[in-house]
Amino acid sequence: MTSTARPHSRLPAPLLALRNIIAFLWRTPTSAFGLIVLSVLILTALFAPWIASHDPYLQDLNNVLQPPGNGHLFGTDELGRDIFSRLVWGARITLRIVFLVTIVVGPIGLLVGTTAGYIGGRFDTVMMRITDIFLSFPSLILSLAFVAALGPSLNNAIIAIGLTAWPPIARLARAETLTFRKADYIAAARLQGASALRIIVKSIMPMCLPSVMIRLTLNMATIILTAAGLGFLGLGAQPPLPEWGAMIATGRRYMIDSWWLVTFPGLAILSVSLAFNLLGDGLRDALDPKQMNRR
Amino acid sequence: MALSHIRLRQVAGQVATIAITLFGLLLLTFVIGRMMPADPVRAIVGEDASRETYEMVFNQLGLDRPIWEQFLRYLGDVLTGNFGTSIRTGQPVIEDILHVMPATIELATFAILIGAGLGIPLGVTAAVNKDRWPDHLVRVFSLFGHSMPIFWTGMIALLVFYAGLGWVGGSGRMSQFYIGLIDERTGFLLIDSLLAGDRDVFWSAVNHLILPASLLGYSSSAYITRMTRSFMLDQLGQEYMTTARVKGLSRGQTIWRHAFGNIRVQLVTIIALAYGGLLEGAVLIETVFAWPGFGQYLTNNLIIGDMNAVMTCVLIVGCIFILLNLISDLLYRLFDPRTK
Repeated sequence: MTSTARPHSRLPAPLLALRNIIAFLWRTPTSAFGLIVLSVLILTALFAPWIASHDPYLQDLNNVLQPPGNGHLFGTDELGRDIFSRLVWGARITLRIVFLVTIVVGPIGLLVGTTAGYIGGRFDTVMMRITDIFLSFPSLILSLAFVAALGPSLNNAIIAIGLTAWPPIARLARAETLTFRKADYIAAARLQGASALRIIVKSIMPMCLPSVMIRLTLNMATIILTAAGLGFLGLGAQPPLPEWGAMIATGRRYMIDSWWLVTFPGLAILSVSLAFNLLGDGLRDALDPKQMNRR
Repeated sequence: MALSHIRLRQVAGQVATIAITLFGLLLLTFVIGRMMPADPVRAIVGEDASRETYEMVFNQLGLDRPIWEQFLRYLGDVLTGNFGTSIRTGQPVIEDILHVMPATIELATFAILIGAGLGIPLGVTAAVNKDRWPDHLVRVFSLFGHSMPIFWTGMIALLVFYAGLGWVGGSGRMSQFYIGLIDERTGFLLIDSLLAGDRDVFWSAVNHLILPASLLGYSSSAYITRMTRSFMLDQLGQEYMTTARVKGLSRGQTIWRHAFGNIRVQLVTIIALAYGGLLEGAVLIETVFAWPGFGQYLTNNLIIGDMNAVMTCVLIVGCIFILLNLISDLLYRLFDPRTK
């Protein structure tokens, strides 16, 4: 971890952590940029009713395909809806995807990885074989197949993405578990009579959490792109939901004459996934022990 | 003798692993196929078939049997090369897929050439200039490629380079004008048009290929760049690099001959894996560019719920991935003396 708490430091732990985070962001401006973009996304989603200039679902057939300007910051779509307002409300959908996938994938990956790593033996082999089967697909294609089976909708897209996104997390958690399975403090807990479940939950999972969080941040970019891709193919969020990928899909028909229909939703997807990538990339470099030794 | 014995056990272990993974893959596609909401019987007999016809087909498909028996039947079918017929085209699914595959392979091969041609030099440059501005520049450039929604970039590129500037051909594999002029021998349009000696078609094909291949290549170069950089950093930190410099070799010689020479094997394995990853991008980019390949075939059948076709597509992608993993593993063992 970055928290290189020196013994002579007088600062309390939370302040020290804050100082480390600020120092890290100062060193890697690209990560700071990523964090700023993500903060803007969260604020936009929170205050969507106040930021949006129009009702995102309100059709105005007298004002279809208006170019940017004239009271519509990013123009209007084929039904006269305000694109800026739809993008603002779409931020909520994006955040919902991020949040739900995290709470599905994090625990599943953590549980599978830590139990496989701690128990070992046959159980480990079987679990890792299952993980490998899921890993042997590109995530978009497996999600496509799952959504096709479950029926197209935003929630099913999230479930499908969750089902395909846990294997790398499980692999990582297992590798982490293996490194301190034999540690003294685990042996001490076991000698005190702690059950396997207690050791996994209380002693191993917290140790895996930081690297799992970083990995999730890095994977979030892919997850956002997959969700947008599903929306684009008509298998994710359904109209009239202002999901960015679906907006691009409907805007495609009018693209040649009305460039703004596809350009702005695409820029929104690009900036959010870029932000996750920049933040995750910086975090990985900062926390990778191999990289630190090299410095 | 002892060595070959160990080798044999390794190979046996690998074969067992592949067999288990394949079995799991089949189980997965079977489950997905059974979960599909589309009624496979209705899709065959049509909406207004009589009850008797419906039940006859229902029984013919074995849907009245217990689920494990259905799975065994599916397993047997796949093992004997019977993947079922497509509801949409009425042809065996595997024939359909073999027909569209060359278009995707052509696209993916060009894309990986562009991706590697871009990623490797960038990765080396970044590693050599670690933490200086070229490194940061390369990082942002490659993260950008990794972050773009490729279906959107495809549209914007069409808008700019086709509709706006007119530099490249639009969607499809060649201009409408040339479709049907060339005999299909290999399915690879570039090869077929050369065999036919038709230069116009060849250039039309190149013109249509260049944009989607560049975009796919750029998106895959992110991964190649990052891995090249990290492999190079490992090598540049080694002591033999210092030795080589002390011997009097120039900086360029040590970088390209010594360090890069040592990472070539790793790079080949990475590129093999990236090639498989291109299939994913192909699904989206083929939809945007109306490219009549595997990705478009998959999405078209997903939308109409053609179960046999979708299951087979997913199965084939899984097999390609297993195969590429195996190849990269084998290459690693063949070329890296340390793994012996």
